[in-house]
Amino acid sequence: MNKPKLNRRKFLLVSAVAGGGVLIGYAATRPSRHRRANDSLASDNERFVTSWIRLQPDNRITVYVPHSEMGQGIHTALGQMAADELDAAWELVDIEQAPATDLFANDAIVKGFGGELLPPFLMGLVNASALTVARIANLQITGGSSSVRYTGENTIRVAGAAARQMLLQCAADRWGAAVDECTTELSHVHHSASGRSIPYGDLAEAAAELEPPAEPVLKDRSQFTIMGKAISRRDIPPKVDGSAPYGIDAHSEDMLYAALRLAPVFGSKLASVDATEALAQRGVRKVVELEDGYAVVADNYWRAKQALELVRAEFAPTANDGVSSAELAQRFDGALAEDNGSKDFESGDADAALEDAQDVFEASYRVPYLAHAAMEPMNCTVHIQGDRADLWTSTQDALGIKGRVAKVAGLSEDDVTFHHSYLGGGFGRRLPFTWNVIDHATLIAMEFDVPVKTILTREEDMRQDYYRPAVHSNLKAAFDGEGRVTVWHNRFTGPIQVPGAAHIPYAIPNQSIRVVDVDTHVPIASWRSVDHSQQTFFIESFIDEIAHRGRTNPYQLRMELLQDHPRHRNVLQVAAESAGYGSGLPEGRALGIAVQESFGSIAAQVAEVSIGEDGRPIVHKVTCAMDCGWVVNPDTAEAQIESGIIFGLTAALYGAITIEDGRVVQGNFPDYEMLRMTDSPEIVVHLVESGNAPGGLGEPATPPVAAAVANAIYILTGQRVRELPIGDRDFSTSRSLAGRI
Amino acid sequence: MARFILNGEMRELDIEPEMPLLWALRDELGMTGTNFGCGIGNCGACTVHVDGNALRSCVTPVSVVEGRDITTIEGLASVAGGANDLSPVQQAWIDYQVPQCGYCQSGMIMAATALLARNPAPTDEEIDAGITNICRCGSYPRVRKAIRALASV
Repeated sequence: MNKPKLNRRKFLLVSAVAGGGVLIGYAATRPSRHRRANDSLASDNERFVTSWIRLQPDNRITVYVPHSEMGQGIHTALGQMAADELDAAWELVDIEQAPATDLFANDAIVKGFGGELLPPFLMGLVNASALTVARIANLQITGGSSSVRYTGENTIRVAGAAARQMLLQCAADRWGAAVDECTTELSHVHHSASGRSIPYGDLAEAAAELEPPAEPVLKDRSQFTIMGKAISRRDIPPKVDGSAPYGIDAHSEDMLYAALRLAPVFGSKLASVDATEALAQRGVRKVVELEDGYAVVADNYWRAKQALELVRAEFAPTANDGVSSAELAQRFDGALAEDNGSKDFESGDADAALEDAQDVFEASYRVPYLAHAAMEPMNCTVHIQGDRADLWTSTQDALGIKGRVAKVAGLSEDDVTFHHSYLGGGFGRRLPFTWNVIDHATLIAMEFDVPVKTILTREEDMRQDYYRPAVHSNLKAAFDGEGRVTVWHNRFTGPIQVPGAAHIPYAIPNQSIRVVDVDTHVPIASWRSVDHSQQTFFIESFIDEIAHRGRTNPYQLRMELLQDHPRHRNVLQVAAESAGYGSGLPEGRALGIAVQESFGSIAAQVAEVSIGEDGRPIVHKVTCAMDCGWVVNPDTAEAQIESGIIFGLTAALYGAITIEDGRVVQGNFPDYEMLRMTDSPEIVVHLVESGNAPGGLGEPATPPVAAAVANAIYILTGQRVRELPIGDRDFSTSRSLAGRI
Repeated sequence: MARFILNGEMRELDIEPEMPLLWALRDELGMTGTNFGCGIGNCGACTVHVDGNALRSCVTPVSVVEGRDITTIEGLASVAGGANDLSPVQQAWIDYQVPQCGYCQSGMIMAATALLARNPAPTDEEIDAGITNICRCGSYPRVRKAIRALASV
């Protein structure tokens, strides 16, 4: 079926608001490298409206941000982007979370990813082959390190620039002057020839009558006054005095609290429940039986949690009751041995080159499942009131969650009111399709006519996650007679969640990268940086192995094989020079290096490591050079990089979710340890200026650090780390290679 | 019946003596600045002050704090003498842009305040030993910077 070709003109929408202000929104993006995707997506645009900027008569400006604030500073960054294009006075700009309504649906993320790769949380929403959005009015997703580079660049800046042009037009009309004689600065329009000036607020009403410009002109970087500045985050003051609301903070006098226990073996069903003792406890109102679990509802969460332990319940046996991590590992290895998998990337003729090779060597890598372990345990508060409901939860997709609750409760989406909050961490756990707590909280609340807050205990949060997949990777490389690397051969277990993560930037002529999908009963989803967290450990460790095997310096080999990747070379050089790579180090220390591109940004990291007296690795310092294009807010950018490194290092040193008897073993922080102050390294960040468009920043600093640390450990000990985590591994019996490489 | 002084005000609650202070604060009093992280006294998100000492409220029964002075994040500024102003630690947290998601930061600020009260110029080792709270966002480098700055005042 031929869809009508959409006129490329923007659907800029202007509407007057109560009190004389004006609301300006955009429903299309600029022509961009995603043009092809936009062409097929844009026909949906007419159905919805996006509204981002509100000009008010008191000269204040409100920027509506359609992304969740989970510590990445997105409210401030998108506020900066709108305010700069508007030539607004920053102190007159207010930033508000866009409401979870169709009016503020945000398709920028789908358009941004369209044509390159679709993260798993978009898969169910987008028909990947046709690149059409199934249900665009339900999109308000924060994920894929996409908010600045897609929403900010393609939507918020455009709306800001359009608003500025409209204000110029209004002022010029009022003064009988030419538009190009007028200028804007600090929320005023000026006409220098006559010495007149007028605040934006006085023009707001007139602006609502104007036809918006079809192609507003964005500023050149040299004209930025607010973008590029390390402006203090607007969400920080409420986070230091306890007033910042998180989903878990929803509170009312008549509220009830639910403690939930779900089937410990994923996929099992509740078989029987004896709630007699639990129901006799103070404050307990009800024990709710669910298909795959049960909940105690009481007038205080502690009472609910205590009584939960008194419920005697049985779950039905399943085929997975005997599954263990050891058995899963065998299953993964067996699949890799028996199955050549399906193509991820091929170039040259790897099989022929292996036959001809002078030297072939191989190595097997593996990484475990990981939990998200956001500090705010999963929770959701629902208040059903007949044919409508109120909803409070920390989420990375407010509209999607609202739709989900409506569906479970059998209500119309318009009859569910979502109440926003900050997120106590997201990291992918609070994206769509990881519904377990949301569904259960809704079903529990349907039994009551007061608000019910369902909170997972830390143990349930850890055991009922959707995990970062465990992956095994069998790698092979070969040298020809002249010592050149001729083959890169990778067979890894899938599924692939982010296409391209296993691809390498290195100029190796014969590559065969294939994935073997292995089914398990363990639920999986996006975990900060998604497939890059596993694949970068494999790739950047194995390229290091290749360098040592070929008796070349790992830094030099990377530089040679990255001839066609100047941005990679640049960050490698900056990180290496800053970290003192190749120069003297204190006795007993070594540097490991790694580089990776993900989410539109390129990160090189150098880890300075020693082995402690107890044989455990100590990471003293991580130096990161990041090319994320031009930067909206350098301080929040640095904070995201520090955060990403510590997240990746936590996984490298401590992260492992293991399965016994079909269920997750770990339940709380002593068994799923986090990096703390005492083992947090010094972090040095260099934002490398490349003049490119903004890249993502929430995730790209996470992938390289594991390999950087492992590569340093090899130099220190001669032991190649091919399995994570390593924080408690004893490296004391090994020999140092320092000085020989 | 439980009785304690919360941010300078005597409070009485008809609750079980074994109820952890965290849930008395959050569910009975609606004081949601103190956060639930692990429930076993490990992560520190629930840290409050009892007679000026940092204590993990998720494992502290209200019977233990009977009649004692409790300060939560909501009361920190006024206890520091600044009424509506911020305490020096809170201000440093803004100056150094410490919080990310912020969920652990009430506890982190209470822990840092208690550390600086008993040791106004902690070394890095003393900071490591004194701040055992978990921050999943990895704000540790900034926590350290902020405490160092406060120590040098």
